[in-house]
Amino acid sequence: MSTELSGAEITVRCLQKEGVDYLFGYPGGAVLYIYDELFKQDKVKHVLVRHEQAAVHAADGYARSSNKVGVALVTSGPGVTNAVTGIATAYMDSIPLVIISGQVPTHAIGLDAFQEVDTVGITRPCVKHNFLVKDIAELATTIKKAFYIASTGRPGPVLVDIPKDVSQQKTAFVYPESVSMRSYNPVTKGHSGQIKKAVQLILGAKRPMIYTGGGIILSDAASRLTDLVRMLGFPCTNTLMGLGGYPATDKQFVGMLGMHGTYEANMAMQHCDVLVAIGARFDDRVIGNPKHFFNQDRKIVHIDIDPSSISKRVKVDVPIVGSVPDVLDELIKLLKVSREKPDQTAIDAWWTQIDLWRARDCLKYDRASPIIKPQMVIESLYEATRGNAFITSDVGQHQMWAAQFYKFDMPRRWINSGGLGTMGFGLPAAMGVQFANPKGAVACVTGEASIQMCIQELSTCKQYNLPLKIVNLNNRYMGMVRQWQEYFHGNRYAESYMDALPDFVKLAESYGHVGMKIEQPGDVEGALKEAFKLKDRLVFMDFITDQTENVFPMVPGGKGLSEMILV
Amino acid sequence: MRHIISLLMENEAGALSRVAGLFSSRGYNIESLTVAATEDATLSRMTLVTAGSDDVVEQITKQLNKLIEVVKVVDLSDGDHIERELMLIKVRAVSKDREEIKRMADIFRGRIIDVTDKSYTIELTGTGSKLDAFLGAIERSAILETVRTGASGIGRGERILKV
Ligand SMILES: Cc1cc2nc3c(=O)[nH]c(=O)nc-3n(C[C@H](O)[C@H](O)[C@H](O)COP(=O)(O)OP(=O)(O)OC[C@H]3O[C@@H](n4cnc5c(N)ncnc54)[C@H](O)[C@@H]3O)c2cc1C
Ligand SMILES: Cc1ncc(C[n+]2csc(CCOP(=O)(O)OP(=O)(O)O)c2C)c(N)n1
Ligand SMILES: [Mg+2]
Repeated sequence: MSTELSGAEITVRCLQKEGVDYLFGYPGGAVLYIYDELFKQDKVKHVLVRHEQAAVHAADGYARSSNKVGVALVTSGPGVTNAVTGIATAYMDSIPLVIISGQVPTHAIGLDAFQEVDTVGITRPCVKHNFLVKDIAELATTIKKAFYIASTGRPGPVLVDIPKDVSQQKTAFVYPESVSMRSYNPVTKGHSGQIKKAVQLILGAKRPMIYTGGGIILSDAASRLTDLVRMLGFPCTNTLMGLGGYPATDKQFVGMLGMHGTYEANMAMQHCDVLVAIGARFDDRVIGNPKHFFNQDRKIVHIDIDPSSISKRVKVDVPIVGSVPDVLDELIKLLKVSREKPDQTAIDAWWTQIDLWRARDCLKYDRASPIIKPQMVIESLYEATRGNAFITSDVGQHQMWAAQFYKFDMPRRWINSGGLGTMGFGLPAAMGVQFANPKGAVACVTGEASIQMCIQELSTCKQYNLPLKIVNLNNRYMGMVRQWQEYFHGNRYAESYMDALPDFVKLAESYGHVGMKIEQPGDVEGALKEAFKLKDRLVFMDFITDQTENVFPMVPGGKGLSEMILV
Repeated sequence: MRHIISLLMENEAGALSRVAGLFSSRGYNIESLTVAATEDATLSRMTLVTAGSDDVVEQITKQLNKLIEVVKVVDLSDGDHIERELMLIKVRAVSKDREEIKRMADIFRGRIIDVTDKSYTIELTGTGSKLDAFLGAIERSAILETVRTGASGIGRGERILKV
């Protein structure tokens, strides 16, 4: 007879079997048996955060920067509700996570027990799937399924809720080798007939555009995409989530598109005759007003693994449901053997047009300013790290400047919350990135408002010696909010001023880190260099930046892509 | 346009709330929803009646398919199908009305399944519009209580929804 293990031990053994090296969590009554088992082993290393939201963001940063499933552990009730923001953040950006939550004992469920919440109910709209394990016999298979569902198809967070008594009961442990579910069979191969149609459209294009998103990053298809784009000689744009999918320093890259995208990317998007969308979901921040988008006639090919991403906001002509790597392989193969070639004369003319748009120099800013310009800090950060750092960000103007001015040549280097836009994401995500990439340089670009939403994690960083570099673009405003108020609310800056700010230098020091305050443009480069030299220390750089700076270009709400406000 | 959608899903606690939650969170219209286990106890079958433009209904079926516990989805309105709904209706039936109501039930092929000296309870099956017609045919003030199941549907002929 095999020995019986407790539910808690089974949980930990499952994590070991899945090759989980780091688990981000916070203890409490309902998960004490699980913590007890974690204590007895050292394969799965537990990282103690200071707030459950940060546990999930850290697991998320870990996943985004590594292509592994991120794992978090939280207790019932407030542990779960604190985690919800993190879960929703991961859900909106399709990040593979497994969240294990404790629950009150099965016999107490439904009785308003101490620290009871309906976890499955609360998280249902923001997970790919969730489970409540009521029977210990199902625990191991459920955890196996959770990892499988989280990481296949369109990835996403999966939550497993484990009642305390289930973690205490015992049963024989068998970890299934594989899972098969009749109700869940994600496709990977694209329909060959559809791919042929796509090839025809691509070859016939006179003003082509390749628009790619998070799907390229999530499926590790950046090198295939680069092959395709170079082979065709077409312009390529990335969404905020797709940055690094195509090398930003390449001449065929026209920059990010969308609300704060470049003039050339948005104009090319609007005026192209064939649009190839790959792993991108036509978000409202990307195409602006759909009516305006369709004032222009174009054919659209859309490759996405999730059928519901296709023709959701924008009707497409050639939908291809499949995984990016599989579909691109097929597409490249067909293009290589095709005797037809793209119309080079037309494409040259198209590039001439694009170069005219480029000449508009939409990202220009006052480089001679006596006050630190935020854009300049990002450019210096790029120089100081030679473009090789992992950059996480919070949400606001600083996020947009980081996206516009740090030229990402590699995938999984740009880690930000796009879909939910969660302030507070940057610091804990950076912790997860650093755990996944112990040798990598990791910087968190943030604002004085965002950083205060998870500032307590400076303590976690101290405990685990995480040498993060925090780049605080301190404009004493919720800049992004202020910018909207300036343009759309008659300069009435309602509650967007950040008053009573802490002294960030002293704050960093009190947590045991290095703090720097930088007030002169001439000091920016030196400060960054010095910070990155401190290889084993967290450095908090408080850059006092121009309060009035705005992010341009900007497509105002309800307007079309080509109706940008420019500097 | 009105659509009648049938789906098979794992007969698990919480599966129904995922479907209901999907409709409310995405703002889809839901006219009726019926669900029960099938002959295979591991599966439930659900019939949903909804209304929306073609684009919306396309999204609805895609989103339903995306639910992990949903095994199969068909839009029955895409082809020939049969729809039935059951209604139980209690009507006031005294003196000369008793004969009239019984005749009306016969015309609609309803059955009287419970009788008191003041009322009849009638069981009636058919399409929603037939049930509506019956309600219209009976004097409003005579209706004491009604309960309807919402539509169930099945494809005609060889159209089969099975795992
Ligand atoms: C302040 C702020 C401003 C913003 N401004 C902009 C802006 O100017 N421009 C911009 O682009 N965004 C902007 N965003 C982000 C925006 O809200 C969206 O998050 C983003 O545009 C979505 O990116 P995406 O289309 O790449 O989709 P993602 O959310 O990354 O979705 C990925 C898509 O790829 C698919 N996919 C996943 N895996 C695979 C696979 N293996 N094979 C095929 N397909 C797959 C998924 O099904 C999904 O459809 C902003 C956000 C904030 C907070
Ligand atoms: C949790 C959360 N609350 C509110 C918002 C709305 N919001 C978006 S940007 C922003 C201001 C961010 O200010 P700061 O971090 O200083 O960045 P800046 O725009 O000044 O660079 C706010 C409040 C949000 N995105 N997330
Ligand atoms: Mg600010």
